[in-house]
Amino acid sequence: MDDYGTESDSDYTSYWRDWFISSRGNEYFCEIDEEYLTDRFNLTGLNTEVQYYQYAMDLITDVFDLDCDDEMRETIEKSARHLYGLVHARYIASTRGLTKMLEKYKKADFGKCPRVMCNSHPLLPLGLSDIPNLKPVKLYCARCEDTYNPKSSRHASIDGAYFGTSFHSILFQVYPTLVPAKSQERYVPRVYGFKVHAAAALVRWQNSVRGDMRRRLRKMEVDSGFKDGEDDLEDEDEDEEEIDEEEELQMQLQQHQLVEYRGGATAATGALVPVAAGDAQMGGVA
Amino acid sequence: MSTSSGTPESWISSFCSLLGHEYFAEVSEEFIEDDFNLTGLQNQVAMYKEALEMILDVEPEEDEEEDDEEEEDEEDISGDARDGPGRERRHHSRVASDLSVIESSAEMLYGLIHQRFICSRAGIQQMSEKYELGHFGVCPRTNCNQTRTLPVGLSDIPGEDTVKLFCPSCLDVYVPPNSRFQTVDGAFFGRTFGALFLLTFPEYDLSRSGAEAASSLARTGEDQAMINGMYPKNIAPGLGRNKIYEPKIYGFRVSEVADSGPRMQWLRDKPDDLAILDEARNFAEEHDAESDDEDDDDEGMTNTGRHGTKRQYNSVIRQKQGRNGTAMEVDANGAGSEL
Ligand SMILES: [Zn+2]
Ligand SMILES: [Zn+2]
Repeated sequence: MDDYGTESDSDYTSYWRDWFISSRGNEYFCEIDEEYLTDRFNLTGLNTEVQYYQYAMDLITDVFDLDCDDEMRETIEKSARHLYGLVHARYIASTRGLTKMLEKYKKADFGKCPRVMCNSHPLLPLGLSDIPNLKPVKLYCARCEDTYNPKSSRHASIDGAYFGTSFHSILFQVYPTLVPAKSQERYVPRVYGFKVHAAAALVRWQNSVRGDMRRRLRKMEVDSGFKDGEDDLEDEDEDEEEIDEEEELQMQLQQHQLVEYRGGATAATGALVPVAAGDAQMGGVA
Repeated sequence: MSTSSGTPESWISSFCSLLGHEYFAEVSEEFIEDDFNLTGLQNQVAMYKEALEMILDVEPEEDEEEDDEEEEDEEDISGDARDGPGRERRHHSRVASDLSVIESSAEMLYGLIHQRFICSRAGIQQMSEKYELGHFGVCPRTNCNQTRTLPVGLSDIPGEDTVKLFCPSCLDVYVPPNSRFQTVDGAFFGRTFGALFLLTFPEYDLSRSGAEAASSLARTGEDQAMINGMYPKNIAPGLGRNKIYEPKIYGFRVSEVADSGPRMQWLRDKPDDLAILDEARNFAEEHDAESDDEDDDDEGMTNTGRHGTKRQYNSVIRQKQGRNGTAMEVDANGAGSEL
């Protein structure tokens, strides 16, 4: 495995773990404390999951001194990486582990949400299963609450069970102030400035679902977390929607303006031009 | 267009083969040579005429004797002023700074023409071939299962934002994964192309992943009636039941009422019965049945939650529709049906 073992073993603290978390492809992992690793309670049940469990643990804790051939060494090395991953899933749900992952989250070590309306919100790793060897790691965005595939293939092959299904939910339960504000902003497909009927009808339906949710939450006096769209609540559905086509188009333009502005555009005023998309009709469609 | 041996590569093909330009179609010369298609672009780029010549690989001196009177006069004046009697010099060895201005003007002009071209019959056809070949990448969202995406702009005005990828499966837009696309202007693709593509090719099976060959719904034996101009199977196939991420802690669903509970599931939701979305038809159907149920609608919606029945939803929609029963947003210029 890379150049592990060729360097002098001068630094006895977390030599193997240092190497592991700084290896290319392992950027999502944090370093597990010695203390956590040596508390057998934290490792309950893992001895049956991992081949050569004790040797693997020795390797992780830098006390491995078995004289063995390369093939055996490689097998134990592989076991150690698997064991590290399994312990990692538990560790990051502990107080210390949460803190470490939080630091990485703040540095956007796990990447940023690819969804345009999420404005590069930092991601968190998650597994879609807690059972190893089933599903590769995915990334969770707390802003849109959806999951994405890692960009790089070297991350796409990491086992999702090394991060687990619960970690990000626990993180925000422990640190509720870190829950990002939710936004209703969204992309609306258009053709020459006009909304596409099928998509627009779906959006209206989704808006009604969201309105219901927000009313439910208000009844229970729970903050919905939305910083925009107070009209969802203040007005009854029919007030909100009883607007004629022209106004609807105006509203779209405003939404659009907002979107562009958030997308990093400097001239928000330009967004009001799209009505002049008549120009663009010259494409020879008609 | 063909880059086969011998023939020097055209400006257009070399532009399209630059790193980061993988999303561009090769605009046909025929399209560019039709003045009608370029209406309004003269004022949008510096040194328009030179830029256009560069795009078309026209040797500048050739058109000296040719048409285009008004353009020519203007150019002559500025040209003479700068170069004095050296007409030859102006054409054969443009000053380096001029060349780089023309080069970047040509790129801008090509981009603006491209925005129009990909919405034309020939252009959208070419883009569909690129779509089939997976040139535009796939959606990063887990539940979209690597569906092919389409390049779009969030604005039609250059300089405002870079190119994005529109996923027809979740109807959302994403930042392209590779940073080389983050210098490509979104206006060169424009706001219309993505949606126009869906309306132009309703037959594509949008749920197919980029790794699979593109196929049409017709071939898969799908012959359902369209809803709002699309086949039901193609209305956001990546959304709805079982396609919404459910956060769980040790197997238990996180409650909506928790501070950190789910609040965005509506964004990935879709009615189980898509007929609910056929507002126009439902409106017509329900128009006679008078409004005796109107008062308890709100209750009904709240109680039935996200998969409320058709009837309950319809009455809400009826109110939303106001005086416009058809709400055909898209048919404004017949773009949907004509192609
Ligand atoms: Zn997001
Ligand atoms: Zn998608």
